[in-house]
Amino acid sequence: MSTGAAMANVVLEVKGASKRFGGVQALSDVGITIHAGQVYGLIGPNGAGKTTFFNVITGLYTPDSGSFVLGGKPYKPSAVHEVAKAGIARTFQNIRLFPEMTALENVMVGRHVRSGSGVVGAILRTKGFVAEELGIAKMAQELLDYVGIGKYSDYKARTLSYGDQRRLEVARALATEPKLIALDEPAAGMNATEKVVLRELIDRIRKDGRTILLIEHDVKLVMGLCDRVTVLDYGKQIAEGSPYDVQRDQKVIEAYLGVGHKAH
Amino acid sequence: MKNKLVVFLLAGVALLVLPLVAQYAGNFWVRIIDFALLYVLLAMGLNIVVGFAGLLDLGYIAFYAVGAYVFGLLASPHLAETFPAIKALFPGGLHTPIWVAIPLGAAIAGLAGALLGAPTLKLRGDYLAIVTLGFGEIIRVFLNNLDAPVNITNGPKGLLQIDSLRIPLVGIDLGKTGSLFGFPLSSVTKYYYLFLLIVVVSVIICYRLERSRIGRAWMAIREDEVAAKAMGINTRNLKLLAFGMGATFGGVSGVLFATFQGFVSPESFALQESVMVVAMVVLGGIGHIPGVILGAILLAGLPEVLRWISGELDLQMLTGGRLDAAILRQLLIALAMIAIMLARPRGLWPSPEHGKAAPAPAA
Repeated sequence: MSTGAAMANVVLEVKGASKRFGGVQALSDVGITIHAGQVYGLIGPNGAGKTTFFNVITGLYTPDSGSFVLGGKPYKPSAVHEVAKAGIARTFQNIRLFPEMTALENVMVGRHVRSGSGVVGAILRTKGFVAEELGIAKMAQELLDYVGIGKYSDYKARTLSYGDQRRLEVARALATEPKLIALDEPAAGMNATEKVVLRELIDRIRKDGRTILLIEHDVKLVMGLCDRVTVLDYGKQIAEGSPYDVQRDQKVIEAYLGVGHKAH
Repeated sequence: MKNKLVVFLLAGVALLVLPLVAQYAGNFWVRIIDFALLYVLLAMGLNIVVGFAGLLDLGYIAFYAVGAYVFGLLASPHLAETFPAIKALFPGGLHTPIWVAIPLGAAIAGLAGALLGAPTLKLRGDYLAIVTLGFGEIIRVFLNNLDAPVNITNGPKGLLQIDSLRIPLVGIDLGKTGSLFGFPLSSVTKYYYLFLLIVVVSVIICYRLERSRIGRAWMAIREDEVAAKAMGINTRNLKLLAFGMGATFGGVSGVLFATFQGFVSPESFALQESVMVVAMVVLGGIGHIPGVILGAILLAGLPEVLRWISGELDLQMLTGGRLDAAILRQLLIALAMIAIMLARPRGLWPSPEHGKAAPAPAA
């Protein structure tokens, strides 16, 4: 494979990302490279800096240093909405939907950044506006069907069950046509059955050619799903590789279980 | 579908006939209805800011004031009398036609809305309410004191002799009694039809905005600002747009108020008015256009109806002067508001629960 093809294949490349909060170095010199079609896992014990890293690449926190390239183009993660426009869509650890809007409307909001009609079009109901609205509604319904909650399109988001809310969040993120979809602990608070369904969904999204960054506590889920994994501990990257290798890495075992345990 | 059309037609006919009936009972009733329509316009504008975008604005009346003073200054003798230069330019005095004044008032108010909104972008909830409250007062204080060193607003004395609404080309003067097929049309009735037209247009604009990409983005900001940003919504621009659009309605309402009243002074734009408009929106059903209209009509009309009733009963005489009609009226309104909010916390006519509760997932 030539270098050019390899470069084109890279969806997200982060180098030397650091972030300090007062006296705490939350992230120091973390770098990852995610290739198209991969499910990339980010794991680590509590307080390792997973969410900080996530918030840095999605623009919620401004990094102290680091270079960020998305789909071959450098981007500055300084404003959340700009990052979304550039092509990273995220879900939240503690689900953040628009509770009083219907499921369909929630997904339609996701199309905001890929559509353009303004106030004048809306007031005059121009042809372009009507066509765009119909297109948005159609695509939103398709996405709801895709994640398996199409029949709830008319229900307010807050009335959906926990698992369905997660799926709605995924549908909303997909609506932005992201280059990278970033899931922040999607399995948090889910029971075993819901986890199986979630896993199937993530698998399906990957098979449809999308690239996924997955932050997860549930090591079993990560190991089963991910192509590559990075492990963080105290803001430092302690391991990077295939799930198989990472699981046998002495530093990772120490970080999770404490010094004295050996790989077997 | 057919039923809906019939309802619309009946409502339309009723609205057209209403002032003609009210005229018989006395022009003063038509005047009350006219004011109610102005309040509907204000409440619709505030609903964009508070109901759609979820930004609690307690200084909204400032934009009403801006609209009113734009027309007041541009269509009264005040500026020409104070500034010889203007007198020289317009020897006949300033008489800005209404079709210039309405867009101009709307534009200036909209601009003021966006400007006053800009410093508040990072604020939410209670903090936002306090800052907007301050801004609202600042505008009123300015109007009250801009009579020295250069007399621009004429201070607390206000602006007098503002033009009534005239369309000279077709010989219409809304300030005078006219007739239609030999049927007398009082000045207030003619204003009624103009106000009604503008309110109907505004309702259509609000309704269409609500069901659009922009409206959805506003609601997303109201529901969860962080999530809205993560969906790529530029919350700064959309909040400014909400402030600006809302203020535009206030500006138009202000222009109409000035021409209708023929006189404006800072007194009309006190905090009390801002609070009333917020109450109309909340009491009617925040974010729901029919509810907001209902709230505005009720809160604008009820005090006048109570005033009339206490006058008819001659309350003061009945109670030997112990009960004053004005005080009793305020007390009753306050009690009504408390009762409504206790019984219907989401407003008199809230937005329907179009999302039914999801059925329990099959175990």
